[in-house]
Amino acid sequence: MSSLKRLLKPGDLLVLFLGGLLTAASFSHAWSRPAGDTVLVRAQGKLMVRAALSQDADYAVPGTLGVSRVEVRQGRARVAADPGPRQVCVKQGWVSRSGEAALCLANQVSLEVGGADRPFDTVSY
Amino acid sequence: MATREIRLAVTAEDRQVAGLAALAVGLSLAEAALPTPIPGVKPGLANIVILFVMLRHGFATAAWVMAIRLLAASLLLGSFLAPGFWLAAAGAAASMGVLYFVRYLPRALFGPVAFSLLMAFAHVGGQLVLAKLWLFTTADIGMLVPVFALAALVFGAVNGLIVARLIADDSVTGAQSSHA
Repeated sequence: MSSLKRLLKPGDLLVLFLGGLLTAASFSHAWSRPAGDTVLVRAQGKLMVRAALSQDADYAVPGTLGVSRVEVRQGRARVAADPGPRQVCVKQGWVSRSGEAALCLANQVSLEVGGADRPFDTVSY
Repeated sequence: MATREIRLAVTAEDRQVAGLAALAVGLSLAEAALPTPIPGVKPGLANIVILFVMLRHGFATAAWVMAIRLLAASLLLGSFLAPGFWLAAAGAAASMGVLYFVRYLPRALFGPVAFSLLMAFAHVGGQLVLAKLWLFTTADIGMLVPVFALAALVFGAVNGLIVARLIADDSVTGAQSSHA
């Protein structure tokens, strides 16, 4: 194979780079969900917290096993602590996009981000 | 009964255009047999020929080859004047339109890969615009844009490298034959 360098000129690399940038931008633009604006916390099916995602806050929500702690920081929210055995919702980490959720099934607590554009009508368990 | 004979003068360039167009048609047909996840996402191998012709014989010849390829391939595939034909035509028109302008870019800095990428992006752009304006006026085809952009990026780069290789090899053999 003749060297790639001989076949590629600086302008080629520039166009390749810009094309890659355009492709990446189209992916993130078309396939990412819009950022959410509200945080919704439910325990045993009851809505316990409905607050703005922009407001930093801590919530302690009583579930069936114990208290789950929810943190809201800089437009993101997470379950900081949960008494459930598998810690799935804690390990999920921060959620910020409309429709994203962290579900602590054992404790029957859910953290959901709401926004103008919701991909699901409801999540139930 | 008088016999009339009509003789059309065939120049060497005519033969060359015909040969290259036949090659482009062949590649289009071969490519139509390839399975593809989304209609319209294909390598665009005929563009290798189009770009090669543009660099070797000029824009007008390349436009002829493109037009002949479009017409002949669609007739052979049975898609002439069907929606797919118009999408292909929109893509071809957009890519030739872009090529018309970008061919003035300094050749010292911009090689076949740049031309091929710009043509590929124009091609899918033209297709998507026509699809949105005419075929899918209500459907949201925004989700498809990244897929087509990725195809243009990958196939545009690969086709461009192939053309760069062809041009390089061609100039080497051309130099040798001129010595002989």
